[in-house]
Amino acid sequence: MFMRFIYKFSSPPYFYAISGKMLPWLTALFFLLLGYGLYGGLVTAPADYQQGDSFRIIYVHVPAAWMSMFIYVVMAISGGIGLVWRIKLAEIVSISSASIGASFTFLALVTGSLWGKPMWGAWWVWDARLTSELVLLFLYLGVIGLYNGIEDKRTASRAVAILALVGVVNIPIIHYSVEWWNTLHQGATVSKLDKPSIHIDMLIPLLVMALAFKVYYVIAVLLRCRNELLEREPNGKWIDELLEKVK
Amino acid sequence: MRIIKQKRLGLILLMVAGIGIAVFFGLRAFNDNLMYFFSATDVIEGKSPKDHLFRLGGMVVKGSVIRQPSGLTVRFVLTDMAKEVTVEYTGILPDLFREGQGIVANGKLDANGVFIAQEVLAKHDENYMPPEVAGSMKNKPAETQK
Repeated sequence: MFMRFIYKFSSPPYFYAISGKMLPWLTALFFLLLGYGLYGGLVTAPADYQQGDSFRIIYVHVPAAWMSMFIYVVMAISGGIGLVWRIKLAEIVSISSASIGASFTFLALVTGSLWGKPMWGAWWVWDARLTSELVLLFLYLGVIGLYNGIEDKRTASRAVAILALVGVVNIPIIHYSVEWWNTLHQGATVSKLDKPSIHIDMLIPLLVMALAFKVYYVIAVLLRCRNELLEREPNGKWIDELLEKVK
Repeated sequence: MRIIKQKRLGLILLMVAGIGIAVFFGLRAFNDNLMYFFSATDVIEGKSPKDHLFRLGGMVVKGSVIRQPSGLTVRFVLTDMAKEVTVEYTGILPDLFREGQGIVANGKLDANGVFIAQEVLAKHDENYMPPEVAGSMKNKPAETQK
């Protein structure tokens, strides 16, 4: 049942049509969430008792860091689906996620650095959290490099899926690094079993921003997948039919 | 066809599990090297390096900060709630430095067991709240720190 849905959704013409219909709605939703999240985070949320207004970079830093890990898992799982069931769309989703994920990882590292200097007193330290997040960036870059290094795109997708699956081991390391080892980075605030240790007025804009980032990722990955589909099979019959309709 | 797919899936799961186990043991082997700082207990028990720089982390004991009347030298006591180490530092402290705050200092022990710091970094906790909330629960914010 589930696999039948996957097969149907992953047929290029069906995917192309339905993603085209979804995009305007998603874009509207994204701007709504982003506007609300930014207003809430930068204007209505109170200043922190210790860090004052500087803590507001949390509204970019934390969602970006969450996305960097989330996208990696999506990339690895869809790569795995591509490996097992040889579904072309899964391969495309996997590789299309790589550069978006790399961008979020870079954003998390840069905003973290900008936050670290005034609060900790250092731009960068080699503690377990920062180092494992940097390794994540290198994994993404490795995936992108490997994909572009192999001429045949289906072979490349398979090689990349293996690399992505190997790197999955880094995800729990990033998350638990602050618990397993002494780090300069503080422990988890929101994603823990206990009640989040952040005031509710600060938490809501943070969650809205996280949702906005997630919707942005869906938009970006759909756009990239559509392009990649057209590029991979420029002579596909469904593309001709599509062009007929446009005319 | 079905069997081939199951085989592939099995191989992938086996690969991920194998790598997970390998990394787990690798990280355990290097556990001490992955610690960003030593605690006060490590220093008292002599686990910290004697002849080169290392980082010491802990909480600044309330009421222990003594500033010298002239210059930038400051002395304070760091604790991990079990043992205490005195730290001496000359320089500008980060904005977040205060009593009851977690910090990480980089430096060396002198002959008297005083930690001479060359660099002090502030470690902030994972709690975020408005000042008025922090004021109303003044008695306990520092205790939640790791």
